[in-house]
Amino acid sequence: MLFLNQKILFNVPILAIGAVVGLAACGQPTTEGDDNARGTPQVTMVGVMVGEQQEKIEAALAPFTEATGIEVVYEGTDTFATTLPIRVDSGNPPDLAMFPQPGLMADFAREGRLVPLTEFMSLEDLQAAYDESWLQLGSVDDVPYGVWYRASVKSLVWYSPQQFAANGYEIPTTWDEMLALGDRLISEDKTPWCIGMESGDATGWVGTDWVEDIMLRTAGPEVYDQWINHEIPFNDPAVENALNLFGEIVRNEASVYGGMVSVLSTPFGDSIQGLFGEDPNCYMHRQANFIEAFLPAEINLNEDVDVFPLPPINPDQGLPILVAGDVVAMFNDTPEARQLMEYLASETPHEVAASLGGYLSPRQGIDLALYPTDLSRKQAEILNNADVIRFDGSDMMPGAVGTGTFWSGMVDYVGGTDAATVLTNIENSWPD
Amino acid sequence: MACFFSKLICYESFGKKEIQSVTEVMMEFWARLLNVVLAIAIGCGGVIGLFYLANIGINALPKPWNRRLLPWVYISPALLLLSAYLILPTVQTFYLSFFDGRSQNFVGVQNYIFAFSDPAMLEAFRNNLLWLTLVTGVSVSLGLIIAVLVDKVPYEPIIKSLIFLPMAISFVGASVIWRFIYAYKPAGADQIGILNALLVTFGFEPVGWIVEQSVNNFALIAIMIWLYTGFAMVILSSAVKGIPEEVIEAARIDGANSWQIFWRITIPMIRSTILVVSTTIIILVLKVFDIVFVMTGGNFGTEVIASRMIKEMFNYRNFGRGSAIAIVLLIFIIPVMVSNIQRFRAQER
Repeated sequence: MLFLNQKILFNVPILAIGAVVGLAACGQPTTEGDDNARGTPQVTMVGVMVGEQQEKIEAALAPFTEATGIEVVYEGTDTFATTLPIRVDSGNPPDLAMFPQPGLMADFAREGRLVPLTEFMSLEDLQAAYDESWLQLGSVDDVPYGVWYRASVKSLVWYSPQQFAANGYEIPTTWDEMLALGDRLISEDKTPWCIGMESGDATGWVGTDWVEDIMLRTAGPEVYDQWINHEIPFNDPAVENALNLFGEIVRNEASVYGGMVSVLSTPFGDSIQGLFGEDPNCYMHRQANFIEAFLPAEINLNEDVDVFPLPPINPDQGLPILVAGDVVAMFNDTPEARQLMEYLASETPHEVAASLGGYLSPRQGIDLALYPTDLSRKQAEILNNADVIRFDGSDMMPGAVGTGTFWSGMVDYVGGTDAATVLTNIENSWPD
Repeated sequence: MACFFSKLICYESFGKKEIQSVTEVMMEFWARLLNVVLAIAIGCGGVIGLFYLANIGINALPKPWNRRLLPWVYISPALLLLSAYLILPTVQTFYLSFFDGRSQNFVGVQNYIFAFSDPAMLEAFRNNLLWLTLVTGVSVSLGLIIAVLVDKVPYEPIIKSLIFLPMAISFVGASVIWRFIYAYKPAGADQIGILNALLVTFGFEPVGWIVEQSVNNFALIAIMIWLYTGFAMVILSSAVKGIPEEVIEAARIDGANSWQIFWRITIPMIRSTILVVSTTIIILVLKVFDIVFVMTGGNFGTEVIASRMIKEMFNYRNFGRGSAIAIVLLIFIIPVMVSNIQRFRAQER
């Protein structure tokens, strides 16, 4: 066989290899960077908003380009947390990045990759624009790095005002009133809560939000901060107490629709739908403001659905609100990037985004009348009136805990594992 | 090129800029086209020239040497690619597995101790063992039974195509399909999952197939069996057809019944094929990740080694642990791989 036709045998691999190398050569981006050479000043920005959200942020950025002639190239990605560190490590960071949680931003700030805001913005301006809590959340070691673009309010209980009116239920203002309402519903053969925790490989975060909210309401913001910074162990009695209060609701088969199996297998976006209809599956649903996007299309946002803040437990702690949000920080110190950062801290982009809906601004002084629905106006009011603001704790913890064992621990807890075991497992997984 | 076209569209939508920009963009298009043509010509020509010269050079060498060196010249590009994409990363992974999460401090075998003592890892090992036994056992035996039963039956091609069909579906695609089959709604609500719809029709309570720890591992394993029974069947069927007719006839004349023929003739004669199919499936099962990732994300006690590796590496960004698990997986796969190749060679002979 080897002697059949040496010519053919030799030529085939040559052509094949030649083709591969040739293709590889033309795959090289040789004209990248021409855009800048063309002369239009540019700022690049990476964020997690894609699809409809991306259109909204581009609309919010449009006045900037109109006023300055600086083109903003926004790139939305759903693999932000994995691709951004790679881009930064390889020396190709975007000018600005919009972080969905401040933890990753803090890492970059400590590595000295980010430009502190105070190098080009005055602290007074920043303080005028943002409430102290938000400024603190965007600071690392008391140096401000982040401009908050978008807020989400997590401590919301959703309900159907028609159902509440028809049955004569009152909006609970304390935790005990809320539990009493639950008991009354159970005695009327109804189910108080809908909880859905399924979220692919992120299953469990719904539970962590609950526990964080309860921690803020029982132990208060100082203990909460110690908890997320691991200054108290994860299995501290304060956490166990919070987990057990969550358990009183979620592990009680009568108080949550469908019981444990349903909680674990219902996608988080579907469970709110149980509130609606002639004979609803449940009457209350605790979820962040973004769940609005998952409401059925026929729901009228001004009439059919309403929210109240998750009530306080310990009156000494006032009404704390758990938040999340997107914060912009600057990698490359260019004049264009500075201008864009200043613009993002100004009122214009927040006002444009607010009027487009599905958005809450963390900035002060945004006219509530701009929000297109009563619902978003009410959420903005709850956010503005909060006694205490704390950021989603699991987003602040190391990844192995915050998006790892804390999530899976909540799944185990709902599935029946006792609180002490769950918390000890999480404590043991905290990286040194 | 894609960039060019999208840019054109983008320029058009800007309206005012359109006229001046289109000529500019067209110029750039031709420049790029020329660039590509040149790159291909120089690339291909260069490589062909290089091999041609190497060939001439080697042929000019004294007699025994040219024969010895020639194969290496032709194999070297393949070797280079192989070491760049397989061998170097493996060595790098092995090296990283002795360092901490950020790959900065040497931690000795700590990551391996973790890999063999962490409760989640032990659960992953236990589940992988379950996967190995059940998927390999069931899909190979089922494949063999079907291959023998439908052999020479008139509608054989139809049956075989139907069973082979799932092979064409990716793991992720199959998992999405099965998510619907296993879907759960509380009792009293409309069941959208076919399994629970059937249960409710017959008066039973719906089951949370992927949540209940007593059934969920089996529910996931069933998906892979569904995917790979067809593969086992097709290969085993061709082996069954390869058994010489005379042997079976001789056995029948000697008075053997079908059962005896199956155990005493069919199985021993296709033994090496069974082993090759089994080892191939074992390797696939050891690498299983997609099904678990899509169906449960490793929750509810369904973690497997590969899904744990992805979690440690990309979710927790602990490169040391992730690499150590990758190496453990590699070490498990190597002996199976070696025996697979040996069997395959033996069969080819």
